[in-house]
Amino acid sequence: MNFDFSDDLKQLRDQARRFLAEQSPPKVVRQVLEGGEPYAVALWQAMAEMGWLGAAIPEQYGGAGLGYEGLCVLAEELGRAVAPVPFASSAYLAAEALLLAGSDAQKRRLLPKLADGSAVGCFALAEGTGNPDPAHVSVRATGGRLTGSKWPVMDGDIAGFAVVVARDDGGETALFLADLAADGVSRRKLTTVDPSRDHARIDFAGAAAERLGARTGWPLVQRLLERAAILVAFEQVGGAQAALEMARDYALERYAFGRPIGSFQAIKHKLADVYVAIELARSNAYYGAWALSADAAELPLAAATARVSATEAFHLAAKENIQTHGGIGFTWDVDCHLYYRRSKQLALALGSAPWWKHRLVELLEMRNAA
Amino acid sequence: MDFNDTPDEAAFRAEARTFLQANAEPKSRARPVLRLGDLGGDAVAQCKAWQAKKADAGFAAISWPKRFGGREASPILQVIYHQEEENYAVPRGLFEIGLGMCIPTMMTYAQPEQLDRYVRPALRGEEVWCQLFSEPAGGSDLAALRTRAERDGDDWVINGQKIWTSGAHLSDFGIIVVRTDPNVPKHAGLSFFFLDMRSPGIEIRPIHQMSGASHFNEVFFTDVRVPDAQRLGAVGQGWQVSLTTLMNERLAVGEVHRPDVEDLLELARALMLSGNGAVRERIADWYARTQGLKFTRFRTMTALSRGQTPGPENSIHKLVNASKLQDIASYGLDLMGMAGLVMDDDLAEAYAMFQQALLSSPSARIAGGSDEILRNIIAERVLGLPADIRVDKDRPFSQVPTGRR
Repeated sequence: MNFDFSDDLKQLRDQARRFLAEQSPPKVVRQVLEGGEPYAVALWQAMAEMGWLGAAIPEQYGGAGLGYEGLCVLAEELGRAVAPVPFASSAYLAAEALLLAGSDAQKRRLLPKLADGSAVGCFALAEGTGNPDPAHVSVRATGGRLTGSKWPVMDGDIAGFAVVVARDDGGETALFLADLAADGVSRRKLTTVDPSRDHARIDFAGAAAERLGARTGWPLVQRLLERAAILVAFEQVGGAQAALEMARDYALERYAFGRPIGSFQAIKHKLADVYVAIELARSNAYYGAWALSADAAELPLAAATARVSATEAFHLAAKENIQTHGGIGFTWDVDCHLYYRRSKQLALALGSAPWWKHRLVELLEMRNAA
Repeated sequence: MDFNDTPDEAAFRAEARTFLQANAEPKSRARPVLRLGDLGGDAVAQCKAWQAKKADAGFAAISWPKRFGGREASPILQVIYHQEEENYAVPRGLFEIGLGMCIPTMMTYAQPEQLDRYVRPALRGEEVWCQLFSEPAGGSDLAALRTRAERDGDDWVINGQKIWTSGAHLSDFGIIVVRTDPNVPKHAGLSFFFLDMRSPGIEIRPIHQMSGASHFNEVFFTDVRVPDAQRLGAVGQGWQVSLTTLMNERLAVGEVHRPDVEDLLELARALMLSGNGAVRERIADWYARTQGLKFTRFRTMTALSRGQTPGPENSIHKLVNASKLQDIASYGLDLMGMAGLVMDDDLAEAYAMFQQALLSSPSARIAGGSDEILRNIIAERVLGLPADIRVDKDRPFSQVPTGRR
């Protein structure tokens, strides 16, 4: 039994934590949150220089070849730092879409750019209200031209290209590459509950589209979402842990009724419950990391489980962090809301909790029927 | 990451499997083996026979020193054995406290000749041990116990009452913590002994539980004499000795609680309710918790396998499992609708397993550290939050306020 990250990866985690404490402090998150820049550009460049953007991209395509466990470790630390960068879009979704579905030429053309940061990719699935569902895909890619609207698209206003879920000439769901600077693409930055991360509405009016690989069908989208869900689960666990530590630290230094509020069981038990939720989520995320790196048959169920656990844990940790702080936690100047906003942003990206719960039970039933 | 055993672990697992295959019946999933209830006559004999077999084959005390019949092996092998044994319907429930808590305490504090006398019979299941800690006035606040022991020559004379003593009526010996000085603060006035459960003046009365079963007892002491030679630790050191006992609480080994989430899924399917969105969401939540615990255990096993000692973070297992069991049981009855209350074996769904668990599960949230105590342990010892302010800490015990109960 070796259900832990290797010493090398733990070292990577320590390095990443130190680096992000310096390069992505709350001040940097707020810079984006308050509209100073669309994402933390300097941080992003530094991440590119360290090879993080291509962590799980094979070396033959310009990546660092750290593998998925390495990417999971980085995801956790980026989540802890609430980093305001398009990492999930570029490294989990666009890169994974290329690796899963792209032709060798497409991989050669785009993966090195994702790895060195010269291109940012995003994933355009949602078309307004609703969870991932092939019936909700109405954007068409007819004769190599995209028509229709996608929103919200995470990092849609930052990215240079998008992987777009659309219907092909035969009406089948498939993935298409779209250059977002091309004619026929218009973008509008959206106001969201978490302005520390970019979101856009992208309207395609006959924009040029290139089919990603040759595969069609919804299972490909599903597979991409599952792989990304495991990585996002690590971000959620990292964010939840940071929120818990913030609450713990405040409970130790804040005095009321002549004693630290952390000595009251009302606070202790609340934070113990948060700890429990995070540990369960962390363990499920570890299993997801294993499934990703082993490309195991259990991956879909592992992903849904990690997703459900991590979403619950981050939401709980973020809201109880505010509650532990009391009134001061509701102010703009205290950082509680950074976690609260991010917890909901990550909970909705890739589909909300009820959708993943249904998926989880569906997978259980399939497993039991087999 | 991998889930593979080391070569040593794999060899041990194979050895355990061979032993179990040759000596025990595999469990059937359909009808769960519930924990032995009242452990009446025949069941006790079965437990004892199985324990002797297990001890003789070297699987009863895997991490104990060799001189006491153990293998001096890493605790990871103990966990592996439990994992394997969990697949078999073996009679259990009689020796866990004795071998998990009483004898390890003896090993730390008893004299060598006492160990020579008591350890092996306990290991082979010939003698049963119980632990006499809780009292009507001392549950979560164990150190508030009031049972008195007064010195009389070479003996101590015990008067008072213990409660929630599992298996007292089946036990040959017990370990007990008592108050020897009420005029010092509560933790400082305790002493620790082992005693013969057949000593004159001991009266054992079973407690009729709300579930209908009787696993626990009240034990009354009237002028019970215990030789000073059976004291464990110094006079006044009883609290420290008690902590040793409690630290020996066995590692969470993934005991299977039924009904589990798979039972619930099966129930929903049988009742044609598995397509219901609300039902599916609840099942998903419990599945995620179940898996989270399973993989938390894997992380603990990894630590054990590397020779690390698990700490207070292990409190998570019982805290999550106990409530989950109660909630799944209750929800199962909800799914059955108006018939959910029926327990007749021929009519109830799933052999009335959900109804039985509804009635037995409240104890899971209390026994062996209540939910509240476990949350305190996590808050204080894992998260580093301050201990409660104690109004009784520095006062002589005799001056500490008490309620009417």
